[in-house]
Amino acid sequence: MPRARTGPSVPALLVVGIAMVVVLAVLPRLIVPYQTVLITYGLVFAIAALGFNLLLGYTGLLSFGHSAYFGAGAYAVAFLMRDLNVQSMELLIIGGVLGTLVIAALFGFVCVRYTRIFFGILTLALSQVLWSLAFKFFWVTGGTDGLRVDSAKLSLIGGFIDFKGAGAYQRFVYSYYYYVLALFIVATVSMWIIVHSPFGKALQAIRDNEVRAQFVGVRVRRYRWLAFMISGAFTGLAGILWVPLNGLTTPDILYWPFSGELVFMTVLGGFRTFTGPIVGAMAFNYLKTYAVASTEYWQLLLGVVLLFLVVVLPTGIVGTLARIATKLGIR
Amino acid sequence: MAALLQTIDLKRYFGDTRAVDNVNLSIAEREFVSLVGPNGAGKTSLINVISALLRPDSGQIIFRGKDITRFSVTQRVKAGIARSFQLVNVFDDLSAFENVALVIFSREGKIAHLGALAHLDTDVITEADKVLDHFGLNAKRDAIARDLAQGERKLLDVALAYALKPKLLFLDEPTSGVSTRDKGQIMDTIASVVRGEGITAVIVEHDMDVVFKYSDRIVVMTQGAIMAQGTPDEIRMNEQVALVLLGTSGPDAFTRKD
Amino acid sequence: MSPNIVIIQLLNALFYAAVLFLIAAGLSLIYGVMRIVNLAHGTLYALGAYVSAWAVGGAFGAALANNLGLAGLFLVLPAGAFAIAALGAVLEPTLLRPFYRRPEEYHLLATFGLLMIFEDVIKYLFGGTPLSAGTIMDRMGSIPIGRLLFPTYNLLVIVIGLLAALALWWFIYRTRFGVMLRATSQDRRMAAALGINVGRVYVQAFAIGCFMAGLGGAVVVPAQAAVLGMGVEALVLAFVVVVIGGLGSLEGAFIGALIVSLVRTAGIQFFAEIELAVLYLIAAAVLLVRPTGLFGKA
Repeated sequence: MPRARTGPSVPALLVVGIAMVVVLAVLPRLIVPYQTVLITYGLVFAIAALGFNLLLGYTGLLSFGHSAYFGAGAYAVAFLMRDLNVQSMELLIIGGVLGTLVIAALFGFVCVRYTRIFFGILTLALSQVLWSLAFKFFWVTGGTDGLRVDSAKLSLIGGFIDFKGAGAYQRFVYSYYYYVLALFIVATVSMWIIVHSPFGKALQAIRDNEVRAQFVGVRVRRYRWLAFMISGAFTGLAGILWVPLNGLTTPDILYWPFSGELVFMTVLGGFRTFTGPIVGAMAFNYLKTYAVASTEYWQLLLGVVLLFLVVVLPTGIVGTLARIATKLGIR
Repeated sequence: MAALLQTIDLKRYFGDTRAVDNVNLSIAEREFVSLVGPNGAGKTSLINVISALLRPDSGQIIFRGKDITRFSVTQRVKAGIARSFQLVNVFDDLSAFENVALVIFSREGKIAHLGALAHLDTDVITEADKVLDHFGLNAKRDAIARDLAQGERKLLDVALAYALKPKLLFLDEPTSGVSTRDKGQIMDTIASVVRGEGITAVIVEHDMDVVFKYSDRIVVMTQGAIMAQGTPDEIRMNEQVALVLLGTSGPDAFTRKD
Repeated sequence: MSPNIVIIQLLNALFYAAVLFLIAAGLSLIYGVMRIVNLAHGTLYALGAYVSAWAVGGAFGAALANNLGLAGLFLVLPAGAFAIAALGAVLEPTLLRPFYRRPEEYHLLATFGLLMIFEDVIKYLFGGTPLSAGTIMDRMGSIPIGRLLFPTYNLLVIVIGLLAALALWWFIYRTRFGVMLRATSQDRRMAAALGINVGRVYVQAFAIGCFMAGLGGAVVVPAQAAVLGMGVEALVLAFVVVVIGGLGSLEGAFIGALIVSLVRTAGIQFFAEIELAVLYLIAAAVLLVRPTGLFGKA
């Protein structure tokens, strides 16, 4: 049975994974609701980063426009709720992911004809099309005020769980946490399967050696496009899950610096590993939350962290830990 | 018997340089052809044109009776043409096994399988191991391609092309950059695999010992055009060839003087 | 629409094009020589704008205005350009050079980090209120175009833009330094082998690119106040310019800037909501036909 060269064996991964899930499942009982909400945000961004990294870590394409899919998902939810009175979270997810897929397919089709810097610039520019639409068509999108999404109107698991009446917020915090956790597990397992499939290996081959990939019969552009769409769908799902938490969606999540944050969190965790994006997203979430709370100049703080990361720890948290572990002979 | 591959008046220029100048090359099935010539003769360019890395300026390429001149790289691969590279061109971050397995997945059209786990497909695993074994690489099966020795990387490069089960295999300087000691071993491996399975092979080589030892036919190129071709004996006797290749001629020109 | 309005809009477009050209040319120059895309380039433009506005609007500027009038203000206006150029000269050897050997992605991350840092530096130094050098524009008055007025200053900016384009062109194609610049951009190892001090060329090229960005900021503040976020916004437009015109090309930045501003001005006039979207669509269309932009190098 072939083993991945870096990364522990499947049984070990399973053990660690299950342990983590258990911890995460038990956590809300032990912490205040605010912290639970924070972790929920972290899980949401972890899904986004996981999707983003399919393109960066596995296919070798750095997109600076993933805010487009996150935002598309978020706005889709807002529109569906407002205009079509959709209340079921499942329907919102399906509708939102479909919408995001269409946009990812369109944008991806143009962008995958290019690589490297040009790819990055194009993804950025195209994402700003959406931003400008959200910004300008204020009578549809609410402009800079954005659109409200009221969690009281939501229902989870086909209407089984709703958030009306007394104690609604408390219930929301807990139920939504587990809902997001479940989806996070599904997303992680799915992504794991994808990157370990022949398709995933082909993506890595394309990343490593585009020419040779062609010469072994891999249709490079097509697979990049597929990867782009899958990546966009995951990030779109994150946006969909994010908006009920946030209660509001504004053009800010379509603005390109947010794309930069997605890149930041992925690199923070380590983009050459599977778990890096997850760790990075959670870490970044805490980092940013506390930075914003402690200083007006949190952007400067984050910028310094990023520079430090790129100069000193380019393999990110997980990558560096892995290297240390190897040196210590643990692996 | 119709030729497996036939180029007709193939031309490729780079400005004034005639990289491929009106080449009419014909390869028969199961032949082991060596393509030789001084540096800049156009050997690699010719292969690049035939394998679709370069577009010809004019001319045709007929493969198994079909005109493949307009085919893309992946289309030519699907048609049955594979190549290895002069500068090792493998997937550095995957293991030797993964490199070969990937090629087999691609060949079998199993690549788009998102849901299937790569390491659960026993057919592919068995075949990949067999390929590695043919090329003497099974000891390094799980080593990352980047970490292999140069000779092993060259063999892996050839193995990847071989794993495509091509009808026609182009090998661009498979022993270049490898120590003399390893050269013989590598060529023996390649030749035995290729001959053993009746694969038609065209190899670009500089080492005339290798060329004479293994070829059915030798094609000599210079300045983008075919200057001479024939059996090793015929070429050995050809004074002009000796001049072009070695700057000297005479019946002993091709004998190693060390 | 009366012909006078058309003329005014055209002049508006040209004004905007001049500023865009300065920003985009700097971005393109840096990429052309060093293969670096500086995501913080827009923010440097913004910083230049703030520095110039502060210089003109501040006590020093007021004093100069009292003694030397308008000419005095023009003396300090370019402060932003020189400040950013100096900043660039410091940044390149310290923060950017380590990244040349690394995969391309890293310098995008590094410059994004710089963007975040400098956005807050601006906030820290200049606060949240818009800064303007409007006195210059006021003092220069306007010229009549039919029954409408057009600011004289804006005309000056158009001229400056043109002069800058010519100066850059002359500099790159007609001077010895320009030859070194082009040689290094084409093949840096070859250039080094020929005895060119590549490190020095890099610093100088980066400084010039930053100067252009700062100059863009400097010339824009008399007409438009410096506001937070102007840099981030400008970068996207600069990207559209280089996507259309071709990354690394001076002519591309020129033509691209013209196209972008003309489309934008026409857009604001006729289809305000989707003018940005139309711009991006044009960029995408250009790319589908000419993947490296109209004048781009690969």
